[in-house]
Amino acid sequence: MIVDLAFQLLQMTLVIAVAPLLTGLVRATKARLMRRRGPPLIQPYRDLIRLARKEAVVADGASWLFRFVPYLVFAATWVAAALVPTFATGLLFSWSADLIAIIALLGAARFFLALAGLDVGTSFGGLGSSREALFGALAEPAMIVIVFTLALVAGSTQLSTVAAYMVSSNVGLRVSLGMALVALIVVALAENGRIPVDNPATHLELTMVHEAMILEYSGRHLAVIELAAMLKLVLYVSLIVCVFVPWGLAIADASVADRLLGALLYLVKLALAGVALGVFESSIAKMRVFRVPDFVGAALMLGFLGALLLFVSRTLK
Amino acid sequence: MSAEALFLSGDAALLGLAVAGGVAARKPFAGTLVYGGALAICAAMLVLALVELLGRTNGETLVLPLGLPWIGARFRVDALSAFFLVVINLGGAAASLYGLGAARHEHSPGRVLPFFPAFLAGMNLVLVASDAYTFLLSWEFMSIASWALVMAHHREGDNARAGYVYLVMASFGTFMLLLSFALLASPAGGYAFDAMRAAPPAPAVAGLAFILALIGAGSKAGIVPLHVWLPLAHPAAPSHVSALMSGVMTKVAVYGFVRIVFDLAGPQGWWWSVPVLMVGAGTALLGVLYALMQHDLKRLLAYHTVENIGIIFIGFGLALAFKWFGMPSAAALAMTAALLHTFNHSLFKSLLFFGAGAVLSATGERDMEHLGGLIHNMPRTAFAFLVGCAAISALPPFNGFVSEWLTFQAILLSPELSSWVLKILAPAVGALLALSAALAAACFAKAFGITFLGRARTDSAKHAHETNRFALAAMFVPAALCLAAGVVPGLFIDALSPAVSDAVSGRMPAQAGIAWLSIAPIAESRSSYNGLLVFLFIAISASLAASVIHRFASNALRRAPAWDCGFPDSSPATQYTAESFAQPIRRVFGGLAFVTREHIDMPEPGETRPARFELTLGDRIWDLIYAPLANSVERAAVELNRLQFLTIRQYLSVVFAALITLLVMLASWP
Amino acid sequence: MKGLDFDVAHLLAGGLVLISFMLLYQNRLYALLNVFALQAVVLSLSVAWQAYVQDANHLYVTAAIAFAFKAVIIPLALHRIIAELGIQRDVENVVGVGPTMLAGLALVALSEVVMLRIASEADVLAQEDLAFALSVVLLGMLMMVVRRNAVSMVVGFMSLENGLILAAAGAKGMPLVVEISVAFSVLVALVVIGVFLFRISERFETVDAHALDRFRGDQR
Repeated sequence: MIVDLAFQLLQMTLVIAVAPLLTGLVRATKARLMRRRGPPLIQPYRDLIRLARKEAVVADGASWLFRFVPYLVFAATWVAAALVPTFATGLLFSWSADLIAIIALLGAARFFLALAGLDVGTSFGGLGSSREALFGALAEPAMIVIVFTLALVAGSTQLSTVAAYMVSSNVGLRVSLGMALVALIVVALAENGRIPVDNPATHLELTMVHEAMILEYSGRHLAVIELAAMLKLVLYVSLIVCVFVPWGLAIADASVADRLLGALLYLVKLALAGVALGVFESSIAKMRVFRVPDFVGAALMLGFLGALLLFVSRTLK
Repeated sequence: MSAEALFLSGDAALLGLAVAGGVAARKPFAGTLVYGGALAICAAMLVLALVELLGRTNGETLVLPLGLPWIGARFRVDALSAFFLVVINLGGAAASLYGLGAARHEHSPGRVLPFFPAFLAGMNLVLVASDAYTFLLSWEFMSIASWALVMAHHREGDNARAGYVYLVMASFGTFMLLLSFALLASPAGGYAFDAMRAAPPAPAVAGLAFILALIGAGSKAGIVPLHVWLPLAHPAAPSHVSALMSGVMTKVAVYGFVRIVFDLAGPQGWWWSVPVLMVGAGTALLGVLYALMQHDLKRLLAYHTVENIGIIFIGFGLALAFKWFGMPSAAALAMTAALLHTFNHSLFKSLLFFGAGAVLSATGERDMEHLGGLIHNMPRTAFAFLVGCAAISALPPFNGFVSEWLTFQAILLSPELSSWVLKILAPAVGALLALSAALAAACFAKAFGITFLGRARTDSAKHAHETNRFALAAMFVPAALCLAAGVVPGLFIDALSPAVSDAVSGRMPAQAGIAWLSIAPIAESRSSYNGLLVFLFIAISASLAASVIHRFASNALRRAPAWDCGFPDSSPATQYTAESFAQPIRRVFGGLAFVTREHIDMPEPGETRPARFELTLGDRIWDLIYAPLANSVERAAVELNRLQFLTIRQYLSVVFAALITLLVMLASWP
Repeated sequence: MKGLDFDVAHLLAGGLVLISFMLLYQNRLYALLNVFALQAVVLSLSVAWQAYVQDANHLYVTAAIAFAFKAVIIPLALHRIIAELGIQRDVENVVGVGPTMLAGLALVALSEVVMLRIASEADVLAQEDLAFALSVVLLGMLMMVVRRNAVSMVVGFMSLENGLILAAAGAKGMPLVVEISVAFSVLVALVVIGVFLFRISERFETVDAHALDRFRGDQR
């Protein structure tokens, strides 16, 4: 019990601790591919600290909601991230919410962020909120059909159970899982506002989505929101890793050494994913906003196709 | 005194109140009398219904010598009706509470006061009726009382047309239900529900009765494409009546559907679930798309009722399928999801309509494009409305999420069904459900964001005042219940399990015994959810983050003009509007429901006239179904109009011909 | 059939369906050709795997032919045609991407149900394989229907033919001669189509099949 609690807390701190590092790694990869030296890996930590130390400038017309939302968004994302197995399954509180609830938690974070974008009453905030609402409406159903696929393969929507099932050798190579993986990657790109859906580095007015929504934030509020965004990236990478590349994941009741090995492997996987994301982002162009529905819609179709194959061919097992 | 008798005396008291309201409408105390009395009666009946639901599971039939001479009026309260009595009287009590505060602003009390308690009495009577005659009579009474309330402000705007469409559709629905009951009644004329249960009709007849019930009850509930009256009629009534119609009366329709289809007819074919699932999914998606395109706050809420009805019907469709294929626990799960969503929707929809009513009475505006920034002047209303928005958008830890989560869990059981059609249909329905849930979040981000956030777009919004304390109480009670049902859903699931087992003769595993108040519909290893822990985790980590930041980092705060990428002093008109917020979604999904025409009138450089952008949305369903129907009715009417100008001899020959035709039919009858 | 054998065959066949969807989704000509070449590669892998599983050496030849023709020669030829015609621009869908994908999904569901129902006595692998093959064929047809550009119609036709090869490889005992002749007939078809494309584009200055409709004799 105590050990489990310790590992749960360790995981929760781990995801926060590595989140800026992962973002730094993606940025560094992209910089190197552009033949720039780029900032050091720990630059995101410095940015966060610098932001947190500054005074917060809040727009005149902002309500209490505006100052409340960053913490809420951060909390929802953190709770969701704490429920995704990173290096060990069977976390102490993993039964308190399943994968559908994790999606809904992220949906809650998006909902409140969209409200914050509308709060000050500027045109850019509304623009960001409106587009974010569209992307959410596309990505959430895609995510749900991916959950259907996973739940049908593993017989559970509980992420720990799914991961434990994936580690066990009786999965086999299912086409549906392949489709779900592709769909999940697309959804992850869209949800995290990465290229080709949104550009996290842009501050050009008309191409911003996420950045437009949080345009009015500054100081500590901005730091918290940025950290939540980094956390979300870690969450999605962990999700993909724990379901589709689960090797090395410590299953419940594993020894402490196994868990430490799992943690090490997890960091390696995270680093690989970060580099892969950097390479992918450098090799592709951002889409027009109204191309995004096609892109994410394709993920929805793919996830649905995977689920459909399983629903229909389940009698074959 | 039996429970049935108690409920009937409550209804009688409500009717008495209606008469008193009619007589004393002009007196200053009339509002307090009617709403206070209705509040007391509803609260008493709520307690009584709760006792019935939790305690006894089976009522006894009470026969009164009313109505048709050889039938009598039968009344019975079983767990199913007790559950719906809870829903209705909770909504009724909240609406009465709101009415206490709103009565002072009512400019024509004579048109509202008598009908409000009568409407409540009608809904209550439907639920306790236990024979077809009483059921239909109460149903029609409920419809007419609500119609009178819709017509209360008949001179304003489009209300007269709304009342007309409502009356036509309500009569049509009752007619369908009448036919359905006629098919279900045994040839000997057994109109009592007991007699119908005892002698179930042949599958083909039952199937027809099921379709008629789906149309009849569905038109009242607002399923697409029979929803057209709903978004016209619900917003037209005074706000607390809108809340009753949207949050509560649709539930009576849902009850009618459950009673007929699950209890009296029973699924008699696997295909029963197919139309229900398709209608449910279509209703959910189209309902939310319609809602997204509205900028009238009350109409948006009314359209959104359509979406929630769709979600409820998805649960019913799954329950029908599971019940037919002999999977009682899965059927119980689906039914629980549907009934819990029924309860939840009555909570948050009432709350949101009260909020819209408070905004309307504070600003005189229903159009969101004329509002904005109300969170500053109406902080409490804004908070309650925000809770309602979060709940209806199915965000954890509120209650809307729990019922949608249960629906998803039920969908995940559908591969076990041994029917190809259902296997393909179920995941499609699941995807549509997820899509409509996500769109609902967008819809309510818009509703709250444009109305309450940003800067005031008009003077009336700028000078709004917080609403009265009755309205606030009416909002905060459902808001608290939304949170409670989301945080400890297990208690609510257990409470409605007698109603579920009445409908599908199966029940979910008891949730009360599970550690930490989790809910686990099938088994904990398969799926579980704990609203309490999620709520606590969010609260703890948010406060942890806030305290860490405030303790170790900067605490300084400065107010400054908005940055907005460096555009200074923009006018409130430059804010995003409701229409522009929904524009991306309209462009992507709108083609499903609308025929959109955009017209841009851009002046040449140098011209001083303003550029104009016009958008017309045509409703496909109206164009495809109702407009041709209305046209053909009109054409037929023009044709028949000639009959008015016949000579006496011609009239006589028409009557004579009709008589001869009937006689010939009689002679040739096999 | 053992677990891994089945899984890999299933994965490759499913991959073909997936790539068919990518073809439907892709609306730039060069990318379309790349995806088509990818499909051919996966097809030849799938056929080779069948050869290994069924221990049928002639299927290796089929796989090699599929790879050589469809993954290398035909894409290169089409590439040249596109370059010479100068039509590297967007493909115009007659129907939008969303409805197209929905229709594709419905086709896959249809072929799954049909195959699982009519071939219920066949073994599991053949059933799924046939279902995927039928899906690829139907998706190829769909592509020919929804595209207006003649080149992408050709690609649709070729991908349809991929589905046929997949089905043939799954059915045991298909003689090699048949497959070689099919392969050559496809090549001949390509040559004929190529010539036609050039003629069409010379005559009408476009390869939009829509434009041809105006020149039909039987029009009103």
